[in-house]
Amino acid sequence: MEINITGLIGAASAIGAGIAVCSGIGPGIGQGIAAGYGASAVGRNPGAKGDIMSTMLLGQAVAETTGLYGLVVSLLLMFVKPFGK
Amino acid sequence: MQSGLALGLDMVRPEADFYINELYPINFFGNTVYITTTHVCTLIVCLTILCLTFAARRAVLRAGDKPSLFATGVETVIGMLVSFVNSSMGKKPGKKYINYIGTLFLFVLLSNISGLFGLRPPTADYGTTLCIALITFVMIQYAAIRYKKWGAFTDLFQPIFLFFPINVISEFATPVSMSLRLFGNVLAGTVMMALYYGLIPVLFRFGIPSALHVYFDLFSGAIQAYVFCMLTMVFISDKRDGK
Repeated sequence: MEINITGLIGAASAIGAGIAVCSGIGPGIGQGIAAGYGASAVGRNPGAKGDIMSTMLLGQAVAETTGLYGLVVSLLLMFVKPFGK
Repeated sequence: MQSGLALGLDMVRPEADFYINELYPINFFGNTVYITTTHVCTLIVCLTILCLTFAARRAVLRAGDKPSLFATGVETVIGMLVSFVNSSMGKKPGKKYINYIGTLFLFVLLSNISGLFGLRPPTADYGTTLCIALITFVMIQYAAIRYKKWGAFTDLFQPIFLFFPINVISEFATPVSMSLRLFGNVLAGTVMMALYYGLIPVLFRFGIPSALHVYFDLFSGAIQAYVFCMLTMVFISDKRDGK
């Protein structure tokens, strides 16, 4: 059976992109935990809502970075196609 | 089309175009470089900021006893920026950095929300975000050397000298992670919008995308501009205060 190398590389890239996007699981859990603690902090001390909000958003944005690395890797695999030009 | 092949979707229409297009070739010392979409959009964003600045200056200078609505709005925004910088850096150093942080915030914010006006956001190009992050990196290192003198170098050997490579890597990881964070967020929004407009029949292109635009362009863009400026200030203050 003849194997089409270009098609094989494309398929492998697509699978790799899909696996890379799985890195979104971690930041999702982390952001959810941060938002939960933020909500409980606002419930305990409603006066400090602004500070809690900004701290929570900053922490969430930093936690989001690892997920974005996965996203960038998958976008590179899908659209830039570093392998098998 | 390339993206159609990659997605396994034959129905991707030419509108699903989030690539950086090469518009005009220039011969640069024997190499061909291109004026791309990013350059044009950056120019448009910068010109918009410039026009707003001149209009704001004129409105504030001419405001007598009864400032116009625009002048009041400008003063509110500037007051918010000043209090934003002062609250996270302290009043005295905040005065020095307000110019840079304010410019950065306005540029990144307007770049991020320029997707609303049909431009390709300049921050969805890694060249732009890497340059901004490198400027921030230089400012962080400058603050470290300025306020800690030799401590900036000896800190690299904390707690023992074996940690030197790790400390160096963590210094250089700052601009990379900051630029990738901004780039990834804005690019994700751009790709999502382009795919939506490219894949969905014409009938669904009215009304429904406004919700997506509000999330991907306005909300995400504003959050990312805020986070980028906040991280810049946090890193600079960290170098300044951490004795």
